Amino acid sequence: MPEGIQGIVADWSSDQRAFKNVPWGKAMMWIFLLSDTFIFSCFLISYMTVRMSTTDPWPNPSEVFGLTLFGKSIPLLLIAIMTFVLISSSGTMAMAVKFGYEKNKRMTFILLLCTAALGATFVGMQAFEWTKLILHEGIRPWGNPLGAAQFGAAFFMITGFHGTHVSIGVIFLLITATKVIRGDLDHERPGFMTGRKGKYEIVEIMGLYWHFVDLVWVFIFAVFYLW
Amino acid sequence: MAAHVEGQQHPIGIYLKIWGLLFVLSTASYLVDYFHFQGYLRWFLIITFMLLKAGLIVAVFMHMLWERLAMVYAILVPTTLLMVLLGIGALEADYTFFTRGVFFLKGLF
Repeated sequence: MPEGIQGIVADWSSDQRAFKNVPWGKAMMWIFLLSDTFIFSCFLISYMTVRMSTTDPWPNPSEVFGLTLFGKSIPLLLIAIMTFVLISSSGTMAMAVKFGYEKNKRMTFILLLCTAALGATFVGMQAFEWTKLILHEGIRPWGNPLGAAQFGAAFFMITGFHGTHVSIGVIFLLITATKVIRGDLDHERPGFMTGRKGKYEIVEIMGLYWHFVDLVWVFIFAVFYLW
Repeated sequence: MAAHVEGQQHPIGIYLKIWGLLFVLSTASYLVDYFHFQGYLRWFLIITFMLLKAGLIVAVFMHMLWERLAMVYAILVPTTLLMVLLGIGALEADYTFFTRGVFFLKGLF
């Protein structure tokens, strides 16, 4: 197959499929992720616009999200731990994909479960963070005692939408793990709502979604918590 | 048509290395806050670490590095268009901030 610009033209003008070497399910997942990128960008850019245009001081995230440990307050500690948990889950997911293509059922299953457990840990810590903000700091979507009223709306919308993605990811990780350990993919049994044969590429497609969730967190961490 | 080779297979070492690198970069961006860097230095560091992390995840974990260009461009070109929206947002916010400043100052006198 031709490479470079010639390759692009050849692929797009070719018969049947534009994305060579890519199973259709994977191409569709990429297109879904592209649309999801636009949704998250809308949130993040709206947040930037609101934060830049407010005349009230913005609550200092470094202090709001700090934790007090052994009588010492450490800035952003909880968020840092959450970041490491999510990155670790991405690492285990990448390895699950690798073992999946090697048809190593046991390792794929174990690594998928690790990923799901780390994802659930992340959501748990987020629930803890929300509880702290709502109950102890009095932060509401329409206002808060610390400064600019828009802080709550932006925070709950962005992290809430991200947390929902993580939760849905955990559910699908558990479904994928079940399919792997049951041998559905080895025996090419069709999944629910489809007549197509089960294949190990569904682990990679699951992985794409999971890495995307981690990717979004990279941006949220930088622009919401570190700004 | 010849059968396509589908699926991505790479040695486990590369995933572990990228994982380690992501840990280092995350620690670095956390330290930016911990040491209270301010101003342009802070922004430069935060954005550099953010883009490096995002790039590593997309390129290696999501296997973009090994996809054909037709696929890579289909995903990355629309994403860069978001920079236009970012620019419009920033311009608009600047203007809103300015008019609010003028309005609130007038209210004082």
